[in-house]
Amino acid sequence: MALDIDIKKDLGGFKLDVNIKAEDEVLALLGASGCGKSMTLRAIAGIVTPDEGHIIVNGRTLFDSGKKINLTPQQRRVGLLFQNYALFPNMTVEQNIITGMTNLELTKAQKKQRCAEMIEKFYLNGLDDHKPAQLSGGQQQRVALARIMVSEPSILMLDEPFSALDSFLRWELEQELMSVLEDFKGTALIVSHNRDEVYRISDHIAVIHEGHVDSYGTKNEIFTKPTTYQSALLTGIRNFSRATYVDSEHVLAQDWNATLKVDHCPRDIRFVALKAQHLKLMDREGENAVKFMVSRSIDNLTEQILLMHTPGMDSNNPVDDFGQLNVRVADYEWKPFVGAESVYINIRKDDLLLLTR
Amino acid sequence: MMDLFPLWNSIRIALISVIIVFFSGILCAYYVAKLPRLLKGFIDVLLTLPLVLPPTVVGYFILVVFAPARPFGGWILTTFDTKIVMTWYSAIIASSVVAFPLMYRTVRGAFESFDETLRYSGQTLGLSNTFIFWRIEMPYCKQGIIAGTVLTFARALGEYGATSMVAGYTPGRTATISTTVYQLWRTDDDAGAFRWVLINLAISTVVLLAVNFIEKNERAYGGKVFPSRGNG
Repeated sequence: MALDIDIKKDLGGFKLDVNIKAEDEVLALLGASGCGKSMTLRAIAGIVTPDEGHIIVNGRTLFDSGKKINLTPQQRRVGLLFQNYALFPNMTVEQNIITGMTNLELTKAQKKQRCAEMIEKFYLNGLDDHKPAQLSGGQQQRVALARIMVSEPSILMLDEPFSALDSFLRWELEQELMSVLEDFKGTALIVSHNRDEVYRISDHIAVIHEGHVDSYGTKNEIFTKPTTYQSALLTGIRNFSRATYVDSEHVLAQDWNATLKVDHCPRDIRFVALKAQHLKLMDREGENAVKFMVSRSIDNLTEQILLMHTPGMDSNNPVDDFGQLNVRVADYEWKPFVGAESVYINIRKDDLLLLTR
Repeated sequence: MMDLFPLWNSIRIALISVIIVFFSGILCAYYVAKLPRLLKGFIDVLLTLPLVLPPTVVGYFILVVFAPARPFGGWILTTFDTKIVMTWYSAIIASSVVAFPLMYRTVRGAFESFDETLRYSGQTLGLSNTFIFWRIEMPYCKQGIIAGTVLTFARALGEYGATSMVAGYTPGRTATISTTVYQLWRTDDDAGAFRWVLINLAISTVVLLAVNFIEKNERAYGGKVFPSRGNG
């Protein structure tokens, strides 16, 4: 394992309990803000000290509460890109990059040489003598990345790398970051709350919720078949119902007032979720056809966005999000139902996710 | 030719006070900024008190400690055969105590506005904590430290209340600009008082211009690298 961490920290009202293993790959920590993902990066960097557990990077123990090992951040040689880039405002671009070589045994001339290479590589030509305040957001990020990459870190950690940028710049920098990540041989951890970004950049995803790893898998596993409420939520699914086990082939979706036939229902099922796209509508009852009231339909170019709710529910005064639906159907699918007060959704097996947590 | 002793005396008192307050203020600011909240609140009140108390009250406390009739002052008298009060250097104590909060608070504000991620990123890049303090944190807080120093100098120069109680007014020995103005006015030497008022005005104006210049520089230098920066 290139990265093996298992840490606990009690922050009073919030408990961090994270267990992550990763190979030389890009692992994304996906979660809402305040879920503990940035704290995890800071623990690996040695900025915060866990109460117990261990942190091992490339076979080197950075922290082990049992063996009383706790390396200083300076000894750890990890690269951490902060959300605000944390460039030293009183230093020039060149001086900033040279601070990244503190741990390397190089002469002054070699450092200058390598700094010049980095400036070239990160498209910073001509900005050597500029102070960070004189740079654009994108340039600042490139300087911060150059400063980290030149330090030859054993692990690369990026904390919300694009949050400070506008959307056009985001896309451009994402492409640049991708090529940096392709060049980097070790483990890269990326913290983000943006699912699209995470999907494009990462190999594996760990969904973090309230201080612990809620689910873990390849990005395709997490995005196409999430198994927990939190991971489904973070991948953009909005339509949930509480659910109970009926038998191995049936599940009761309580909020939708329906018993649905499924391939294999886990005994500990707690929620079902309906994917929002490519749904099939019907005008009458049938197997796995569930009745919903249409509160609004919104034209969205080639599809219709339908806001729906269950028949028993007062849509103006919902108790919670369960039983409310936000789905998209193709125009030709919607055409026969224009103006209808209610429709039946034919919930096919691929449309439904069975969530155990 | 007017006797310029008060000018010289005021300036040496102010300069020595600035040196004392510069180091003690930065030291206190640095450590208080790191304290847990409750303790910080308590110590902060204690260190800021001289700013809001009437200078005569501060003078009273200084006399309580240093007067030869009191235990500590008496101990100094018997041990070193000298008394501190009613000398020109006792005014240093008075103006240092009164001016201290200005330095301490300005610098503490600067330290507190220091972006901690700069420290953390420095550490992960392998920079020593000493390097981070002197080469990153101090330059970051430089404007606040300079502003605090100038304010301290101005306050120490203009100190009257505590100084007049602790050092008194002896022409040629303890007289400062501010005590001289009062003394001359009291003895109906309006023209003499006015001359010293002008001198004081000139010095204060120069000092305030310097403060404004520094603040303007800080704003120009600020921008997006200091997003959360207050007016410290």
